[in-house]
Amino acid sequence: MATLTINGHAHTVEATNDTPLLWVIREQLQMTGTKFGCGAGLCGACTVHVDGVAVRSCQTQIGDVGGKKITTIEGLSANSDHPLQRAWVAEQVPQCGYCQSGQIMQAASLLSVNANPSREEIVAHMDGNLCRCMTYPRIVRAIERAATDVRASNEAHGAGRKA
Amino acid sequence: MSKYQKIAGTDGTDLSRRSLFVGIGAAGLVCGFGGISGARAASAAAASAYDPTIWYQVGTDGVVTVNVGKADMGQHVASTMAQIVAEELGSSWSNMRVNLIGNDPKFADPVLGAIITGGSWSTMMNFDAMSRAGAAGRMALVNAGSAMMGVPAGECAGAASRVTHTKTGKSIGYGDIVKAGKVTKAYTADELKAIVLKRPDEYAMIGHELPQIDIPLKVNGTAKYGIDTMLPGMLYGRMVTPPVRYGAKVVNVDDSVAKKVPGYIQSVVLDDKTGTTTGWVVVVAKSYPQAIKAAEVLKVTWDKGPNATVSSESILAESKRLQAKPDGGEYYVKEGDTAAALKTAAKVIEAEYTTSINIHCPLEPMNATAEYKDGILHLYSGNQFMTRSTAIAAGAAGIDPKNVVIHQAWIGGGFGRRLDSDMMVPAALAAKAVGKPVKVIYSRQNDMTMDFTRPLTFQKMRAGLDDKGAIVAMDHDLVSAWPTKRWGIPGFLTPSVDKKGALDGFAVHGADFYYSVPNHTIRTILNEVAQSATPSGQLRSVAPGWTFWAVESMIDEIAHAQGKDPADLRLAMLDGSGDNAGAQRLRNVLLAAMGLSGYGTLKLPKGEALGVACVSSQERKTSTWTACVAHVAVAADGTVKVKKLTVATDVGTAVNPDGVKAQVMGAASWGMSLALFEQATMQDGGIEQTNFDTYTPMRMSQAPEFDVAIIANGEMATGCGEPAVTVVAPAIGNAIFNAVGARVRSLPITAEAVKAAMQA
Repeated sequence: MATLTINGHAHTVEATNDTPLLWVIREQLQMTGTKFGCGAGLCGACTVHVDGVAVRSCQTQIGDVGGKKITTIEGLSANSDHPLQRAWVAEQVPQCGYCQSGQIMQAASLLSVNANPSREEIVAHMDGNLCRCMTYPRIVRAIERAATDVRASNEAHGAGRKA
Repeated sequence: MSKYQKIAGTDGTDLSRRSLFVGIGAAGLVCGFGGISGARAASAAAASAYDPTIWYQVGTDGVVTVNVGKADMGQHVASTMAQIVAEELGSSWSNMRVNLIGNDPKFADPVLGAIITGGSWSTMMNFDAMSRAGAAGRMALVNAGSAMMGVPAGECAGAASRVTHTKTGKSIGYGDIVKAGKVTKAYTADELKAIVLKRPDEYAMIGHELPQIDIPLKVNGTAKYGIDTMLPGMLYGRMVTPPVRYGAKVVNVDDSVAKKVPGYIQSVVLDDKTGTTTGWVVVVAKSYPQAIKAAEVLKVTWDKGPNATVSSESILAESKRLQAKPDGGEYYVKEGDTAAALKTAAKVIEAEYTTSINIHCPLEPMNATAEYKDGILHLYSGNQFMTRSTAIAAGAAGIDPKNVVIHQAWIGGGFGRRLDSDMMVPAALAAKAVGKPVKVIYSRQNDMTMDFTRPLTFQKMRAGLDDKGAIVAMDHDLVSAWPTKRWGIPGFLTPSVDKKGALDGFAVHGADFYYSVPNHTIRTILNEVAQSATPSGQLRSVAPGWTFWAVESMIDEIAHAQGKDPADLRLAMLDGSGDNAGAQRLRNVLLAAMGLSGYGTLKLPKGEALGVACVSSQERKTSTWTACVAHVAVAADGTVKVKKLTVATDVGTAVNPDGVKAQVMGAASWGMSLALFEQATMQDGGIEQTNFDTYTPMRMSQAPEFDVAIIANGEMATGCGEPAVTVVAPAIGNAIFNAVGARVRSLPITAEAVKAAMQA
């Protein structure tokens, strides 16, 4: 038995401590937006956030994340309106879409610490996430679009506070 | 007309099911149907909805749900079908929905007669049927709506989901007409045929970049793939597969240690009467992690069977042996007298080209969930060939195909991999053995080592030039496994030109190029060693992925041997004479790509150059016209960096230009990945690569800059998911030669091979 805090809710699950977080999220809790791709941390399809940091849930044991805040694609935003999700739609990024939850979660962990990433910083941050449809050019464009939105929003908030 | 094998056996003007799939029925693959499809259930429940044809239904809220018989694996074909329907129906785009159809034969492709998605055929072959279905609905709604408003139908138009009386502006919504029960007309085939469709200049939606229906589901995790299937009481299956790809037999299974793993239920040795799988064992447990643990400690001994010593090297050696024999193989093209013309040619240029084994590895590993319920075997699995998968599932389970229902899902990558049916077998047999629903998920290792791979290919080409340098003869031998022959469906095979045998067009398409060469021979030879050991499959673009590698490299070699510009030589040979009508369009895309890329004008530093290639697509009657200019930089150690790919493609009519652009960019990326980064090898009968550390598709840091131009000139809509795969490798190879004088004839292109060729 383990208790996990996922997307702000506590879940008690029956699984041993060495169980990969991926299977608990996907199959036991049936939050299937997080995907299985390689089982070896090589593709990034299973990326979730643990305390805001992007991790590969196939390589994360539940025993190690008991007291931590886990976020999946389902919890990234309330109404699919995270700047990245909006940008992903605006740029029509997904093809098969299977890797895209992982791509978005990986990108979100970049924008949360750097709202003005260079092209090189984007590529370096995203290079571990495989897209077999190879939508890479649109992923880059969408991250740049979302970053612009985040900066605009930050400035608006900043201005608001000053006023 | 005799020069080329037309895919239609008679006049070659249309793609009829008779010509393309004549053997499906004969092979007993036409599936029955248990009668519980989502579509049928939905239409029975919503009594007040209107179905002008089987292809869609208009609800009382005006929402239009299109029944999509095509597998949507990211090409947004569901959205494309909806867009074609919406154009003629006059529905608002926001009212369009899609319903993914499984194996109900009612929804078979109207041209192909089977439920199959491949060949970049979908848009081309469904455009007319979807257009007519849409128009039928609009006409019926206009008739009913005008009567409700008390105005003449001839003064009304259907658009934006409303019937509007154009004189007065009075209007009524499609949903309200349906709600009133005033529209019931069903259309016969003859009535549909008689409908006059819109002219392209009347289009309001086709040619527009409408947002794809599936994309919002794919940014928030709600799109459901086969792997996301959840059934009450479901167990999980993890496979243990043998060390050889094909031909192994299970000798013994020892689960004494596995039994100690909590949750372990049993191990099921697959007795697969269809021969799709050999030597596979499914470990069933309560949870998937438990199944993984049990599979890790399961002890299986195999008889490795007849292919246990086969390697990539032995396959290539066998291919060379077969090619060297003057007899054997089947003729795909025999035009003029190639042997005589080569004998009298002033100069003969010859070259050998090879391609490696390649793995599909879509990111969603193969999977299927099976449940036996009320005498029906239900399978939940995204699949590209429901008709055949039904037959395979039924054959494996030992039941009548009409008692198999397969439920379609969004597909996490197809690329031809899900034209195969193997995933149905472990799920069906495991569920049967344990008497409960079972979800079987392949490990990445299972997925890679049990792939139906792109075959290793060997080609030898000889070109004869006359004393003025004109190409007077071309002799082309191809040796490989034959991917489609494996299916055992005679209708997929093509008679050889001398009628002496049947060949697999899917091993040779594309070799029948559009260049005008008076004496031309193409011979295709089946490598039985490879056929048995590797079972090959259809990998995105299939044969043109290797035939154009050879043809388009060879044309460059010929140009350089004569001191001609390779692009100019192509333009001269694409004269469209005789059977080569259409070549003018290929010429035009080549010119477009040259212009966009700055070919001939761009000043580049040492070690950098542009290279060109231009291609048609699989069958000559489904041609899309594509050209590529690759810009490469080659380092002294032979490392190749692709800086930019400029691709121009003529698709006739682009239903959704942004979607076409996405497909072309994806296909070109695949072409580059196969050209530089992807190589599988066989050793001791097994595929050696097991995950993305050793089989390495292109990553973001390797992606080039793209410039993609879509040309839509009002011709018939053709496919766009595959052709751009095939044009990239030769363009890169040709650019490497232009940059550093190194000719590489083997895919993938490695730095070592480039360096060796630089020193040669």
